[in-house]
Amino acid sequence: MRYLPLTDADRSAMLEKIGAPDMDALFVDVPEAARLSGPIEGLPMHASEMAVEKHMRQLSKKNLAAADAAFFLGAGAYRHHVPASVDHIIQRGEFLTAYTPYQPEIAQGTLQMLFEFQTQVARLYGCAVANASMYDGSTACWEAVAMAGRVTRKKRVVLSGALHPHYAEVVKTMAKFTEDEIAHARPALQAHPDNDGLIARIDDQTSCVVVQYPDILGRLPDLQQIADAAHEKGALLIVVNTEPVALGAIKSPGEQGADIVVGEGQSIGVGLQFGGPYLGLFAVRDPKHVRQMPGRLCGETVDAEGKRGFVLTLSTREQHIRREKATSNICTNSGLCALAFSVHMTLLGEKGLRRLAMENHRLACHAADRLAKVPGVSVLNDSFFNEFTVRLGQDARKVVRKLADRGILGGVSLGRLYPDNEELADGLLVAVTETTTEEDVETLASALEEVLA
Amino acid sequence: MNAPNQSGWKPGTPVQDHNAMSGPDTVTGNRALMLEEPLLFEIGHVETTGVDLPEPSGAATRLGDLERAAAIGLPGLSEPETVRHYTRLSRQNYAIDLGLFPLGSCTMKHNPRLNEKVARMPGFADVHPLQPVQTVPGALEVINELAHWLIELTGMHGVAMSPKAGAHGELCGILCIRAALEARGDARKVVLVPESAHGTNPATAAFAGYEVEDIPATPEGRVDLEALKARLGPDVAAVMITNPNTCGLFERDMKAISDAVHAAGGFVYCDGANFNAIVGKVRPGDLGVDAMHINLHKTFSTPHGGGGPGSGPVVLSEALSPFGPLPFTARTADGVVHLVEEENAADYGHVQAFGRMTAFHGQMGMFTRALTYILSHGADGLKQVAEDAVLNANYILRSLDDVLDAPFGPSGPCMHEALFSDDGFAEGLSTLDLAKALIDEGYHPMTMYFPLVVHGAMLVEPTETESKAALDQFIMALRSVAERAKAGDETMKTAPHYAPRRRLDETQAARKPVLAWNDPNMA
Repeated sequence: MRYLPLTDADRSAMLEKIGAPDMDALFVDVPEAARLSGPIEGLPMHASEMAVEKHMRQLSKKNLAAADAAFFLGAGAYRHHVPASVDHIIQRGEFLTAYTPYQPEIAQGTLQMLFEFQTQVARLYGCAVANASMYDGSTACWEAVAMAGRVTRKKRVVLSGALHPHYAEVVKTMAKFTEDEIAHARPALQAHPDNDGLIARIDDQTSCVVVQYPDILGRLPDLQQIADAAHEKGALLIVVNTEPVALGAIKSPGEQGADIVVGEGQSIGVGLQFGGPYLGLFAVRDPKHVRQMPGRLCGETVDAEGKRGFVLTLSTREQHIRREKATSNICTNSGLCALAFSVHMTLLGEKGLRRLAMENHRLACHAADRLAKVPGVSVLNDSFFNEFTVRLGQDARKVVRKLADRGILGGVSLGRLYPDNEELADGLLVAVTETTTEEDVETLASALEEVLA
Repeated sequence: MNAPNQSGWKPGTPVQDHNAMSGPDTVTGNRALMLEEPLLFEIGHVETTGVDLPEPSGAATRLGDLERAAAIGLPGLSEPETVRHYTRLSRQNYAIDLGLFPLGSCTMKHNPRLNEKVARMPGFADVHPLQPVQTVPGALEVINELAHWLIELTGMHGVAMSPKAGAHGELCGILCIRAALEARGDARKVVLVPESAHGTNPATAAFAGYEVEDIPATPEGRVDLEALKARLGPDVAAVMITNPNTCGLFERDMKAISDAVHAAGGFVYCDGANFNAIVGKVRPGDLGVDAMHINLHKTFSTPHGGGGPGSGPVVLSEALSPFGPLPFTARTADGVVHLVEEENAADYGHVQAFGRMTAFHGQMGMFTRALTYILSHGADGLKQVAEDAVLNANYILRSLDDVLDAPFGPSGPCMHEALFSDDGFAEGLSTLDLAKALIDEGYHPMTMYFPLVVHGAMLVEPTETESKAALDQFIMALRSVAERAKAGDETMKTAPHYAPRRRLDETQAARKPVLAWNDPNMA
């Protein structure tokens, strides 16, 4: 009970001050019948730091950590090296244990960081304004769809078949609230995304088209063509990016006409963490859309002495004030993950980000070439950033499990992502980052040679 | 109360120089250890990097026509500059590591560093959400073990672990209710939200496509049971209640409310943000609750990091459990924990899941921290948590109700938080002025202007991790500013005087939003 500072003497003195005979008197409003008298069933009594740490370490050691394997997983979460300074900064108590910056005079640290973060994200995405972050990429994607409905006052949503299927699921789940009509198909295993098919589905009732870039198979769709088609019908183009490092090497969505750009920021600074906390990024190209944006925003202003300072702003869009008129019920962002992203991005700078991106791409090209030489393996796409799809000629789920038995985390099987679709079952998504070595690639290639034989 | 404390600090001492921050100017704008820090964009350079990475090779790329040509505009700093930039910024923040954070309904308690150490163990931090499940049995056990304790502590039937924050959990709960109603062919359209509920509740219900109707509070700050009963009918899908409520009070009639709602065919959603005040003392399931989210940062001490990440698991009654979202974990008779996703949901009889809330499995990094906290406290510690949280809040209420109006003071003991109003303040002085004056005393202000049922509300929540000495010092500070507010001390209108910034112009920020840095040389 090392976290509880009150002594029994304190408790007695305080009860006396309150005028209560005992602790139970403070719970007098709880109906007698509902009060718990006995211990919590099965929960042990309090334990020392050493004992708890030991228990948790034992659970931790049952998992195969990425660093202990040849590792090739992506599909929306990527393993990158995070400089040691990043974790040092986010563990400073003044950042780690601060609350939401509702009192700006004593929260300038968090607020200035968020302002810098917003600027970094806006520039990376080629947009005018970014918000102070959201829960993760998939929820940011849904919020973008909801925002497009508010802007266009239309109800039909066209999702690219090559949008991450979990993202599509989240959009479909949340659309039950708003009664948006969702058009979505699975991707076809072909070298290039089907832009023509996508464009054919845009009509006058379409609020938005959602395209992933690079897409779920690692392909690089030409966004400008889709943007033009969407705008012609009065629809917005939403671009989803799950690998921000890619934007160091490829054109930004904003410069190709995207209206809303959302994505997962986990790659930069945050780490894998078995799926969360992650970092939703959200930006709009046209500043006039700012008041329809969801989430928190940090803005610049001045204090009573004229000094520059920062505050959370435009919060009337949210739950704080208008209650049932709120455009969103969100009341937090991913502040600490945004800090990690911002610190890592600051360490990289433009030069570092571009080098990091090109190193990812170089190793991915090497891996694609090496895997293509494995009998039975064919590489699907000819253009990609750091993730590509291979076809194995047999159920990739089984292959992945066999590789895992050898301590190799060989990729994400499309069967895991599309469990009800046999046509995609032989597809394997392979991701490569700067943490992948040429030796890792060789380990995977030779294991595949044996497993596929 | 007005005696100097041991440190020699004298409560209620008038500010000698109201404008101390405008004292002698310094060339740098710095004031000894209080340092001004330029923006990253003013000190960084696109050619500077703090990371050693290889020069790109000359090999042909496979980026097609999409290879980036344009500059991005991302300045970099070297490693020492980076560490210094953010360390300087950190010193302009208030944080729970520095002092009490009396934010009623929000709450910050001590964040144990063991939690941080555990969350960073490679088996938790360095695993991918889509790794073959055979390689992550320990991670699944963490989720399942935490899920088990959340169910046990709340007396519920099931839990959805994936919601990413409290408000996300609210949406999850309402979706479960909607799915359950749809499953029985019942298209109800109205959600009732009492005045004493959190502001997110009506926003959630409206966002979910429901019509929201208010239910009034009684003069003593609780749900008006008769008004609620009178409004119930075949069109009411759910009632959203916050318990303990935002007036700091326990809803005594909770069981009667639940029974009435169930009899009318609706469901009871409980905002569990304030669960820390009753954990180990009352199980919401025993009060008839159907769904309740739990803010892990609040009850189970995960850090809030200047505004998230949060985590909002939702516990569910037997009636709602079949509708919970994917994915989740399940332990089979052989003791193995399985991950239940789209692929195998039917094997576990979970065929009515309403879908997914998020791409992956939820906030694993928060689950490890929360489980660590639960195991550290144990059964005896968790019960003591609720008792100490309630004791601390009542101690603050009774220590200040002679100087600050406590509208619901006579309504019974408060639970986790003490509610005051601005009644008795001198003309022209507001709750905001008092809050800003409290900053000068070294404290983060309490929650202001909420709940809306009280004029000039001040909602003070100390939590269980504050010592009596810390409470006494805070009480002295709050007493002194309350006395100044009643006496009409005009200097409070320009507070804070000693913070890194004086009062900030929030109106200008909203009227002419500047949301990104623009190079003045490019304008």
